[in-house]
Parts: sequence; structure tokens; C-alpha cells
Amino acid sequence: MEGKCLKSRLRACCLISILIGVYWHGVSYGSTNVVEVTDGIYVRFGLQQEPTTENQGRIANVGFILGRQRVAVIDTGNSLVEGLDLRAAIRRVTHLPIAYVIFTHMHPDHVLGAAAFVQDDPEFIGHVQLADALTRREPFYLEAARQLLGDDFEGTRVVLPGSPVSGSRKLDLGGRIIELEAHPTAHTNNDLTVYDPASGTLWLSDLLFIGRIPVIDGSILGWLRQMERLSARDIGLVVPGHGPVTHRWMDALAAQRRYLKKVVTGIREVIRNNGSITQAVSQVANGERENWLLFEENHGRNVTTSFVEIEWE
Amino acid sequence: MTTVSKLKQLEASASVKSLGLLLFLTAAAISSPVVAEDGGERWQEIKSSLFGNREIQDGSSTLSLETPYRAMDAAVVPVDISSLVPQTPQQYIENLYLVIDNNPSPVAAVFHFLGKRDWQSLSTRVRVNAYTDVRVVAETSEGKIYMVSNFVKASGGCSAPPTKDPVAAAANLGRMKFKLPEATTDSGRVLAQLLIKHPNNSGLQFDQVSRNYIPADFIRNIEVSYNGELLFSVDSDISISEDPSIRFGFEPEAGGKLEVSVKDSTGRTFAETFGVTGGGNG
Ligand SMILES: [Zn+2]
Repeated sequence: MEGKCLKSRLRACCLISILIGVYWHGVSYGSTNVVEVTDGIYVRFGLQQEPTTENQGRIANVGFILGRQRVAVIDTGNSLVEGLDLRAAIRRVTHLPIAYVIFTHMHPDHVLGAAAFVQDDPEFIGHVQLADALTRREPFYLEAARQLLGDDFEGTRVVLPGSPVSGSRKLDLGGRIIELEAHPTAHTNNDLTVYDPASGTLWLSDLLFIGRIPVIDGSILGWLRQMERLSARDIGLVVPGHGPVTHRWMDALAAQRRYLKKVVTGIREVIRNNGSITQAVSQVANGERENWLLFEENHGRNVTTSFVEIEWE
Repeated sequence: MTTVSKLKQLEASASVKSLGLLLFLTAAAISSPVVAEDGGERWQEIKSSLFGNREIQDGSSTLSLETPYRAMDAAVVPVDISSLVPQTPQQYIENLYLVIDNNPSPVAAVFHFLGKRDWQSLSTRVRVNAYTDVRVVAETSEGKIYMVSNFVKASGGCSAPPTKDPVAAAANLGRMKFKLPEATTDSGRVLAQLLIKHPNNSGLQFDQVSRNYIPADFIRNIEVSYNGELLFSVDSDISISEDPSIRFGFEPEAGGKLEVSVKDSTGRTFAETFGVTGGGNG
């Protein structure tokens, strides 16, 4: 069991290093250090793990974009402590005001550190459907975080976005204008991406998972449609929600698309043969097992949740 | 006393809205360690409220129950039930209880049959809130009670947010789908599936904005008739997953007509008729 696990992890690591054009050696995932991945864009890389007491849920990529006059934070981490660490990292780089905190979507590893930035009185910005989605899930997310963090939970809370984005919105950071885009239901029903034309960087967040298996919490069919749209875009660098930053993002997008498509095709076939969820879970897209980290932990749920979507086609 | 009125009484005595919520009052038990065997305290409570002192026999030669040992998604846990004895008007399962001990509302559904058709197989999907025994209890036309149970590892299925895309869910509320496989077996019996779009909202989520619980909104009753004769009815509750699915063994006839009527806890009713041609979708 242990050996098999290690083997698949090694394979996934190989896969990652093949995929990655830009690879930061010595980056300590889940640490308090941020890396400047391109001019003025800083990322604190999350661990490629499930949230645990040991890693305190520091599993998502979070960071910030620096303009000449203002800073925009993108995602805040899983706890007040993680948010404060990110804030401290920002303050090591700049003393410019933190004017915006942008939430890429509702998941706790991205939003639960927001309270760290309340002292800066920024505009908290999210997809038009984020506030509702977070409100519905708040008690559930906070309870999970409490169990995860123990004493370090103290002060962790949900900060609802005051500024909803439907369609798109531009933010002026001073000499640098970034573009927010609200997407139709894909990874979740509140995915928001951030594009920086100055560096040609697209912060896709959880619309793209690299190395780690994608988690479906919105609509698998919707997500495939969004990926179709994204693949037509001319982007230099992509920041995924999980995994390394890459110039060769089309390869990463293709890998994710291949997995999601196999799930859809496999489920359609099970449904055509009058099969059940249980059959789908044991049969569908098992060939992808070696290609992803945390496959065992998430694939069965992905199939289950996609089955109940696809059977309504 | 009929099962339905018994359940109504339960409801009334707890003065809350949902089927088995008498036991909701002892919700503290949910988080404490649970004894997995049949003698669990919670089961004793459920058992005496549903069946009093009546004897419950081992049902392993009457029924089979399949559930995953560990659920992939606690909000969608498949439950497959089979009857191992032919259902005939002389001897049949009249009421079939699906019980999830450690759920806030443990009686997930009660199916009622008339014994005129042999269903043989019945599946649905449930929410599971904590590690729990899942039980199927059959009350036969002769007044005997049989039970089988499985242990299921899952948590958080009831308090989890009910829907991934509320806008789409609202737009499709009450839509139904009836699926028949294209090929029939030698016996002529096939597994038909009824799907109903409904959030089946548990009422257990707290709304931070209104400082209130989001009101429960779930399917209370489903009646399925074929050519004017009741196939089965179900009294259901919040433990049934969003967009309820019921699969059942069924022998279609040429030119048949399947009628479904649904009532939910807010008083909405939905009805649909499907032409069933004996093989192929209606
Ligand atoms: Zn996410």
C-alpha cells in the first residue's frame, strides 16, 4: 500500500516536471514564503495534499499582484493564521496599501484567511454568486476548519465579498490594470479568474489543477465548456489553484480535459447500459489513477457527483 | 394504526416538521461514539417508536441490502435493496422502512406495496450524516417484521449545502425523468428509474444573513401507478438525496401508462405521465 502510493507519487512528480516550463527549485510548498513568478506577481504555493491537522489546510496557491500604487491580494488561505502569513509576506515586499482582496471561488482553502486583511479595509471582491454560495456553506466550512486547526482556528471566519462581479471588471493598481472575469458554473458556481495583460499572466485558480486531481463541485459539463473557451486564449503564464505555475499551460489544460472527458464518456456508457453509481465508481476512468496525486481520495466522489449531473442530460 | 399515521404521531409529538424528527431532539447522540451493533441506543429508540415491542427477525433470507462501506459522497450514498422471496398477493412486503440510525431524521423513507406486482429490486440514494448503521425493515402482509442492516462510513451529508447550482435547481424544480432500459430480460422484468428534480432541502443549514435556518423543502410523498393501479407509494424525508432517484423492478406491458404524483413539504404537487411501450423509453 505504502509502496504503491509512493510509486504513484513519484510518477506524478515526473509528470509534473515534464509539464512544467517554469519550475522554481527550492520553493517550499505551504511555507510562508512567496515567489515572484513574473514581474510583480507573487505566489505562495500550496501543498499538494488533502487538508490535515499537520498542514493546517495550506494547500491552495495564494498570492498578490503589485501595481505602482496598490496591491491586489488573490485568495487568502484556509485560516486567519495563513492569511496573516500572507499579509506579512506582502509587507516584506511592499508597504503600498492593500486595496483589493479577490476571491477566486468559495472553497475554504482559498477564502478562510480573509479576516487577516480586514485591518486594511480593502474591497473584498468575488463572483456575483459567491456570497450566496458561501452563506449556504459557512457553518459547514467553519466546522471543518475548526476540526482541522484546533487552537489555531481562533479568529478564522468568513468575510463575504462586498463587491460582486458579474461578467467582468477592471481594477487599476496604478500603472497596471488587471481584468477580472466571472465564469458560468464550472469548478464551482462562483469561479472568478484574474488576467494581468502587462505580464500576460492568467490566474486561473481552481479552473486548472496541475498534478493534483481536479475536484468537481460545480458542473463537469460546464467546466469542460469553460476549458474549451480558455484554450482559445493567448496566454503567457498561468497560475493554477493547485500545482506549479507554468508557461506550458496548454499541456496542463489538456491533461485535465482528458481526465474530465474520460469521466463524462465513462459515465455516459454506464448510464446507457442502465448501470448504477456504484458501477460507475468502480469502472470509470480508472486508467487515470497513475496520472494524478490524491486520486484515491477524490476520484470516487468526482464520479458520483458527475453521475447525478449527467443522468439528467 | 397505519405506518403513516404512526409517523404523523411521531411528528406531532415532536412538534417539528419532518418525519422522524422526534429523534432530532437527541441530536447530541450524533456526535458521540456510536455502537455499531443492533443494540445501539439510538436504534432502540427508533425501533420502539416505529414498532413498539413487536419482534424483529433476522431478514437475511427475505431481503438483501447493498451499501458502500465507505461513501464516496456523503450527500449521495447509493442504497440497493432486493427482495429474496417472490412477492405475491398471498404473501408480500407491505411496508419497507429505510432507516439511517445516526441521521438527524433517521427514517429516510417508507415504501408501501400492494403485493400485486413483484418488484424484486429497489434502489435509492441517501444522505448520511455520521458513521451509522443503515437498516431496511420489512413488514409483511402476515404481520411479520424482518430486518437487515449494514454499517456505512460517511459524514456531513445532511448538513452539507443542498445544491451546487441553486439557479439551475430552481429553474428545473419538479422536472421528472423515467428511464427504461432498451432490452428486457427473459422474465420481462426490467429495472426502471424515476428521477425527480428537487433540492430535498434538509432545513439544517443556517443562513447567516437572515439569522435563521433555511426552511426545509423536501419531497414528502411519491405515488407511482401503472395503468391505473398503484405500483408503490413512498413517504420520504430529508435523508433522501437531492434530485431523488428510485429504481425499481418492473414488468412493462405494451401500451402501458405510468403515472407519477409527487407532494413536497411546502405543499407543491407535481404530476407526470409516461407512456411505457414495453421496452424503450417512454
Ligand atoms: Zn477549489
